[in-house]
Amino acid sequence: MSDHAHEHDHDHDHGSELSEMQLRVRALETILTEKGYVDPAALDAIVETYETKIGPRNGAKIVAKAWTDPAFKKALLDDASKAIGTLGRVGDHLIAVENTPERHNMVVCTLCSCYPWEMLGLPPIWYKASPYRSRAVKDPRGVLSDFGVTLPKDTEIRVWDSTAETRFLVLPMRPPGTEGWSEEQLAAIVTRDSMIGTGLPRVTS
Amino acid sequence: MSGMTRIDPAAARRATAEVAGIPTDGDGPVFREPWEAQAFAMALALHERKVFTWPEWAATLAAEIKRAQAAGDPDTGETYYRHWLNALERLVSEKGVASAQTLTRYQEAWDHAADRTPHGAPIELRPDDFK
Repeated sequence: MSDHAHEHDHDHDHGSELSEMQLRVRALETILTEKGYVDPAALDAIVETYETKIGPRNGAKIVAKAWTDPAFKKALLDDASKAIGTLGRVGDHLIAVENTPERHNMVVCTLCSCYPWEMLGLPPIWYKASPYRSRAVKDPRGVLSDFGVTLPKDTEIRVWDSTAETRFLVLPMRPPGTEGWSEEQLAAIVTRDSMIGTGLPRVTS
Repeated sequence: MSGMTRIDPAAARRATAEVAGIPTDGDGPVFREPWEAQAFAMALALHERKVFTWPEWAATLAAEIKRAQAAGDPDTGETYYRHWLNALERLVSEKGVASAQTLTRYQEAWDHAADRTPHGAPIELRPDDFK
């Protein structure tokens, strides 16, 4: 969050923090809901309409850079927060996990809905919903199939559970047929879901 | 997958046509942080409930921007939704929906709720967050 105008005088080692703007927005939303002026579901629906329009959406650029720049890819997999720090701010400790023919990675937060929105924009509603959170761990292959993704039987699926301190960014495999593409062209095929691990980059030719 | 009804994108387009300066890209509003989208959504919802008209909203927002500029705001677009939220709070209070004191009381309650919530867990408001 860029907004730390709000003064805190208490210990935050164990608590959470909301910025001044977040506090004001939540306060207003609670009051308007209590008084019947707004329906939280309707507000969520409006926000959901713009979920791909929130945040800098740096993730796709990062993935495209990793596909074209081996030194950056190595740095990214070594320490994503540090590698990305040169391109823009990252709120929490970020780990990039690489998809390979042997292993597919998928990210979930079973506890709440931790999400690297600085990288990926606003989390999709399904990410925060309990069916995804609970099923992703028990039946990742089934969840992937709901998303229309079928992987070879011998590809291992690794599910990463985000914590408050650690968030994950999936580095998808570069699709065949994209040789010689520019970073911009590549970034355009990197979908949000491919960086959560519930989708694959989309090549439309 | 959520099963919720999506709002009519035409309503959002009308808003961007009626209110100057809303940051947009080729197909609609864009936001820097989630709270900005929430503030946008609340204004849209209050407008739908006819709490204010878009011209009324635009005038209030313009006054807030002018006030901020007089106080030294660089007006680079990064602060647009701060002005937006100021305008929202002002209209809510002027229309008698909630007073400034009520807003402050709820902000303090949310601050208390955040403070007692372990990092990473969803922050929820409880009656005992109000002093």
